[in-house]
Amino acid sequence: MTIGKKGDWVRIYRIILTPEERAPQVPEDTKKVSLEMWDKGFLLEDEANIGDEVEVETYIGRKVKGKLVEINPYYTHDYGKCITELLYIGRQTRELIKEETLND
Amino acid sequence: MTKRSTYEEVMERKSEIMKKSVGLDYSEFETKGIGFDYDKMMEETGYSLNEVKKVQASTGVGNTPLLELQNITKLARKLAPEGKGARIFLKDEASNPSGSYKARRAAVSVHNAKKLGYKGVIAATSGNYGAAVASQAAMLGLDCIIVQECYDSEGKGQPEIIEKARKCEAYGAEVLQLSVGPELFYQFLLLLEETGYFNASLYTPFGIAGIETLGYEIAEQMLARENKLPDVVIATNAGGGNLTGTARGLLKAGADDVKIYGASVNLKGLHMASDKQFNKKSFTTGHTGFGIPFATWPDRSDVPRSAARALRYMDRYVTVNQGEVFYTTEVLAQLEGMERGPAGNVSLAAAISIAQELDEDKIIVVQETEYTGAGKHIQPQLTFAKENGIDIKIGNPEEEVPGESIILPEHPSMIKARDLDLNKLRKSYVKNCIKNTGIKNPSKEDIEFLAVDTKTNTEFIEKVLGEI
Repeated sequence: MTIGKKGDWVRIYRIILTPEERAPQVPEDTKKVSLEMWDKGFLLEDEANIGDEVEVETYIGRKVKGKLVEINPYYTHDYGKCITELLYIGRQTRELIKEETLND
Repeated sequence: MTKRSTYEEVMERKSEIMKKSVGLDYSEFETKGIGFDYDKMMEETGYSLNEVKKVQASTGVGNTPLLELQNITKLARKLAPEGKGARIFLKDEASNPSGSYKARRAAVSVHNAKKLGYKGVIAATSGNYGAAVASQAAMLGLDCIIVQECYDSEGKGQPEIIEKARKCEAYGAEVLQLSVGPELFYQFLLLLEETGYFNASLYTPFGIAGIETLGYEIAEQMLARENKLPDVVIATNAGGGNLTGTARGLLKAGADDVKIYGASVNLKGLHMASDKQFNKKSFTTGHTGFGIPFATWPDRSDVPRSAARALRYMDRYVTVNQGEVFYTTEVLAQLEGMERGPAGNVSLAAAISIAQELDEDKIIVVQETEYTGAGKHIQPQLTFAKENGIDIKIGNPEEEVPGESIILPEHPSMIKARDLDLNKLRKSYVKNCIKNTGIKNPSKEDIEFLAVDTKTNTEFIEKVLGEI
């Protein structure tokens, strides 16, 4: 979906501070980039395309402006890939306490 | 639209914004010189321990189970010399409504916000505290905004932090996600100004009073169960609040002889405000990147005077490596049947090592657990580490280099609690006091304050001052 309609749940993006505006104490690598922000809300424009400057009403009712980046945003974080390096731990420690039980 | 305030302009309005948003005038606690009246500030919360208990009980917070980890104790004994291997107990704080002990902190703050008539609460946190505030706000019918540091400049986010954003939204909060940088505080202040909401800071007296019940419960439950107090309580240490509140609660229960240990994950060499290093770390809390700066200068937080003062209560401070905590997290699941953490298991990793120093009849309490979920689990965190070029190996954890490698111990005997020099940290705190206040000749009162605030004595402080 690339066109959002009024009332759609969307994600917006905005630059809060440009590199020149950043705090004096930030490290060099951080100072080279902008401070960016992402927020979500219900679209207030009648219609908007991804990339358009829009205004949203956040879940608690605040009005926030930014660039439309996602419509019906959802989470994709998961339980990761198989980390084979972890597979020995359960067997190893179970074996260790099994011996302990026998010694009792 | 009105012109946006610059970083510098907002920082100048800081104390004014703070005063309005916390409902506390911190100048009332200031004394001349370096020190301030900590006890008066803590009393000023207006909540006694019993009142905090009532507040927390009304939203189902606290009274979490204290479990004996019999199999992990067995494991520690297997590794220990004859007769050594203290019993390890775990306070299962994951059973709080929002899944961590942070519910205790949030309960008092949000209750207080409502009592004072605020319409909403704001907290700056990428951790479990966000979910805790959002959960409490949902129960009490207040609006909630959570401000998170979440992404690097390539838009890559720590899976653990993204999961916490999801949880906050699940409780109806607005989550404002930012890229890396300390100017999160700038955005946070602007939001406080715009909304007039309560600053549910982690570091107010309300938040810390909320944790006192945790220490108090440990003493009560241990006495009821074993008819004695624990010998050691280990707290995972970041901003210092967890340790401070727990220690104060134990003291309020009369458990004066219990030793309080802090434990942090060693992230030496990684800069916390660095865009490039942000995703090189596999722990977003409980690490030395917060633990050491906050111990040696607690008043760096989002309130003028922090109620979290770890050095004031800490008897020992140890570090463990990332690989050791991941290993321990797996052990907790495999031997005790509990999926928790990982970040909350820092002190458990330390306990496995420290138990081996103590006699079998001694008792160690690991004072927290936290919920596990998608993103917030060893598999996604190690997957993310690999994607960011971190080398995952099985070997000797001594060789782990934060930001480059994570080394899972090839044998549990390699899990080691490594001592930080507490006196060195205390000296560093005293030096920071001199540097940050510009007071070159501290008064007698200052010296007394510093002695209490570092759990030392006036001779120690005078000696340190002589060396500066």
